[in-house]
Amino acid sequence: MNSIEQQLLKEPKNRLSTIITTIIVIALLLWSVSAFNLSNLTGNGLTIAKNIFAGLFNPNLDLLFNFTDRGVPYLLLETMAIAFLGTVVGAILAIPLAFLSASNIMPKPVVFVVRLFLILVRTIPAIVYGLMFIRVTGPGPFAGVLTMSLTSIGMLSKLYVDVIEDLNTGVLESMESIGCTTFEKIRFGILPQLSAMFISIIIYRFDMNLRDAAVLGLVGAGGIGAPLIFAMNAYKWSEVGSILIGLVALILLVEFISNKVRTRIVRG
Amino acid sequence: MKLNPLAKSKITLENGKEVAMKRSMTPLIILIGIVLIYFSVRITGFSVLVIYERINKLFIILQEMAKPNFDYAPKLWVPLFNTIKMSLLGSILGAIVAIPIAFCASSNIIKSRVVVVLSKFILSILRTFPTLIVALIATFIFGLGTMAGTVAIFLFTIAYVGKLLYEQIENADMKAYEAMHSMGLTTIQSFRYAILPQVLPNYLSTTLFCFEGNVRYASILGYVGAGGIGLLLNENLGWRNYSNVGMILLMLVVAVFIIETVSEHFRKKLM
Repeated sequence: MNSIEQQLLKEPKNRLSTIITTIIVIALLLWSVSAFNLSNLTGNGLTIAKNIFAGLFNPNLDLLFNFTDRGVPYLLLETMAIAFLGTVVGAILAIPLAFLSASNIMPKPVVFVVRLFLILVRTIPAIVYGLMFIRVTGPGPFAGVLTMSLTSIGMLSKLYVDVIEDLNTGVLESMESIGCTTFEKIRFGILPQLSAMFISIIIYRFDMNLRDAAVLGLVGAGGIGAPLIFAMNAYKWSEVGSILIGLVALILLVEFISNKVRTRIVRG
Repeated sequence: MKLNPLAKSKITLENGKEVAMKRSMTPLIILIGIVLIYFSVRITGFSVLVIYERINKLFIILQEMAKPNFDYAPKLWVPLFNTIKMSLLGSILGAIVAIPIAFCASSNIIKSRVVVVLSKFILSILRTFPTLIVALIATFIFGLGTMAGTVAIFLFTIAYVGKLLYEQIENADMKAYEAMHSMGLTTIQSFRYAILPQVLPNYLSTTLFCFEGNVRYASILGYVGAGGIGLLLNENLGWRNYSNVGMILLMLVVAVFIIETVSEHFRKKLM
């Protein structure tokens, strides 16, 4: 028996756990197969699919390059404004919550309560907030902004906390030892450590909010979603095509720019 | 210490050389930010006054939601399990289909640039379409029900797992792969024995993570008629029956929490 064979014999024997895992996965798969039924397939499903693709490749160019407030460019601008303002408000509101849930600053009970609250905020889907805020402000982009701010808080404060807990406290101690005031310690000791990462996180969240803002229109909270659902329900597939093309182009562009900016900010 | 950020400060070194400090970009960025905020406020009709006057409506809704209607729970099991089934089936199938696409999108395995660029392009287009809009389109083709939701989740999973998988493959250690290739194994064979074992733990972990997220997404897909618990959520919000909404959200939060805990346990084991 040579050394290779000896090494091969040392391979851990986990056949039993492999078999059990396989059985569990297959059982779950079989259980969930009932979600797959073609019984509801509408008779003209294939025609509709063909029409959708025809519409996507023959977009309504009038709508795509119409610069009034009904055209795609303005709707995209409105969607971006909703996402931007929502991100800004959420980013500001998330700062105190993040400091309250940072375990190196606050006592444990406070951290626990604030974290529980943040988990609750994050789990409720954006659309539910949207429908709730519409009762507050009436339909329109304003409800979208409020929804975006609330949904941003959950994730932003979670990511902020990671940065805050990584703070280098050695800097603060040395500043204290040379006699800096509290204001100077925050301005020159804490802010420079946090600002770059915070801005990078905010830009990332803006990227995500843009996608959500596009969807929020479906519930009437402004942006490009509402015209999209109207066009679909009216089977105007070329309008759907032009809206979707505008949306995809905008999202890809913003993603590209945000990736570039974030790498520049984080690398300095 | 100079606090005026616009002044260009200079430091004289010991050898008499003057070094200018880099001018800070901060004031410019703040100015741009303020301009953007101003225009966004104009476009969206943001007003603090409305919030101040009408925010109590939100608290009335929240108060009603905080008293979940437990009698409603028995009606929720089937839609809740439908939601989980949709995300489970969509995630598993999507994760399987993602493998060949990610294989084609890895520039270190496939030598043809056209195939690589095309596969990457397909993945990024799929990723850009919001899931809810895909579900909406799917309801037109597959009819109302869980099938449309499954398709939407399936497509999203392909895009998400596919992107992370091809990044993994491109960063994998190529030495074993090249050795096997030189011994005469085909590309598929060497991929199976050299690259797959390297990326497998990460791939499974990504799939589990994607499944967690998909349960959250699936819960709202019912809003456009794509099956699951979202349909009831939409109905009860429409009827302003907020204690039922509270019950749905409670069940959803508990289900998501259980799934996340289980999946996190397995993901930690995989790492």
